Amino acid sequence: MARGLTRRFGQFTAVDRVDLNIAKGEIVGFIGPNGAGKSTTLRMLCGLLTPSAGEARVAGYDVGREPEALRQHIGYMSQKFSLYGDLTVRENLRFFGGLYRVSRNEVEARIRAAVEMAGLTGREDALVGTLAGGWKQRLALGCAILHRPPVLFLDEPTSGVEPQARRKFWDLIHELAAQQVAILVSTHYMDEAEYCNRIALIDAGRIVAMGSPGELRRRDLGGTLYELDCGALGAALAALHHAPAVIDAAIFADKLHVLLSRSSNVEALTALLARHGISCGIAHQIMPSLEDVFVQLVAKPTSGAAA
Amino acid sequence: MNDPAHESAVIARGLARRFGETRAVRGVSFEIARGEIFGLVGPDGAGKSTIMRMLAGVLRPDEGEIRLAGIDVVTDTERARPYLSYMPQRFGLYEDMTIAENIYFFATLFEVPTAVRRARSRELLAAAGLQPFRHRLAGQLSGGMKQKLGLVCALIHTPQVLLLDEPTTGVDPVSRRDFWGILYGLREHGVTIVLSTAYMDEAERCSRLALLHAGEIRQCDTPARLKQMVSGALVAVSTHDARGAHALIQGAPGVLGSLLMGDRVNVRLDDAERRIGPLRALLVAQGFDDVAIQPIEPGIEDVFVAMLGAEPAS
Repeated sequence: MARGLTRRFGQFTAVDRVDLNIAKGEIVGFIGPNGAGKSTTLRMLCGLLTPSAGEARVAGYDVGREPEALRQHIGYMSQKFSLYGDLTVRENLRFFGGLYRVSRNEVEARIRAAVEMAGLTGREDALVGTLAGGWKQRLALGCAILHRPPVLFLDEPTSGVEPQARRKFWDLIHELAAQQVAILVSTHYMDEAEYCNRIALIDAGRIVAMGSPGELRRRDLGGTLYELDCGALGAALAALHHAPAVIDAAIFADKLHVLLSRSSNVEALTALLARHGISCGIAHQIMPSLEDVFVQLVAKPTSGAAA
Repeated sequence: MNDPAHESAVIARGLARRFGETRAVRGVSFEIARGEIFGLVGPDGAGKSTIMRMLAGVLRPDEGEIRLAGIDVVTDTERARPYLSYMPQRFGLYEDMTIAENIYFFATLFEVPTAVRRARSRELLAAAGLQPFRHRLAGQLSGGMKQKLGLVCALIHTPQVLLLDEPTTGVDPVSRRDFWGILYGLREHGVTIVLSTAYMDEAERCSRLALLHAGEIRQCDTPARLKQMVSGALVAVSTHDARGAHALIQGAPGVLGSLLMGDRVNVRLDDAERRIGPLRALLVAQGFDDVAIQPIEPGIEDVFVAMLGAEPAS
């Protein structure tokens, strides 16, 4: 889909030679720290921003040369659903039908399908402002795909929504993928990333990792991750931060997560804590979470500049 | 009896608040001990911010009582103020002032003596990793750094109770981890933290959680005990074709629920020991010969779904 995609703002290279492929029917997660180039990439792929170098084809259109045609063939939905609260469900759908130039003889059938998908049958004349979050979210999805786009962009689509509604939403997304829609989900939340077939991690404008959630979790973090149960968490953390065999240590609720280099072993770890007068329970080796992987793969920030 | 040292850091009893016809908060009670990180967890509209604003003394409850460090917040708001700090969702940093100037401004607001401010500010900036940027304008900071600066400003007067309303919304995982590092450090110093979040994975980091739904607390306990509420056993079924496997799994015996993820299916079974074998055999017989089934721990989202399972979803 994208090859060598680059965007510079003055001296600053926001997106640096990004290659990204999304197959039909595939859900790809796009994650990265603030300012890593995520939104810039997304804006180029939506035809809202011209690349400085490289190229991208989305839904068969060149993003630099045919941005208008491209925008008619993609769907976009953000966490701030762009619905009109003082219009009814039906009016919102008609509005988007007009915007996307859905033909007159098809629009009613598609509105019916969208209403059904959102679970809003019988509530077509309700004001959107009066709907609960889950319904609004599914309606926003219905609006975004009213013109049956082959490519769909989602930006943190399920933040702040009820858990059941959220699961229902992801079922719908997987159904769309089963109908061969290519989907790119941009998010900060690892539990959203878990719903994606593959995840691309972007940092400082470059793709630094790509793989299924399972593949990413099995990635080499340079050591072994242990979970440690001990009393004085703060003191333990301070002691561990000065230990050479410890790559990283963080408190997680009432436990410590310690990434220990492979040249060391867990007995050395508990012995070290004992020397500081900290007793702890048995250390368990744990599977890294996507967040653990993310934090290790992303370079430590050297500058606080906003993107 | 009213000795503040022996009272819980925060006590809320029978809190209720309406906005017009909407009952935003109804009959909410909880007690938070000193040094706890207490999470108010729920989706948008569950009542999190309303509770936060009442605890902070900026919104009067229609009913109920709030005591903070032994002081009645509702009737004695001014006296409670030095003990608490409240960071709303959009914290009012001055974008055209530097980091150092923002801190100075908040220190003045809370009447922090100059010597204390200097020492405290150095300590907090170091903990937040903001020391090298102290002359940068707040408006030029990334989202994660702004949140950390907000926290530094909120802590400059050494409050006993810190109220954070969705502090990490829009903040990336790396900055979020730093932010939590600071919170855990505060807990070690006996600061009590109440925070709200809509993110179930973030909730796991709290020492105790109140699960909110439609203005009411439905469950309140430690993350570990809440997870025990999820009946059955959760397993992850991984295979090359998770979508195909999901269709088969849905009708299999003993399956209480299933969820299609990116590269696996999360399945809730009534009895893991008895069901995993036959489930694997079923999948292998249908050509999923690379299938792997592993037990997984439930998350707070699973608790929510189990808790509200019988009710109609929005």
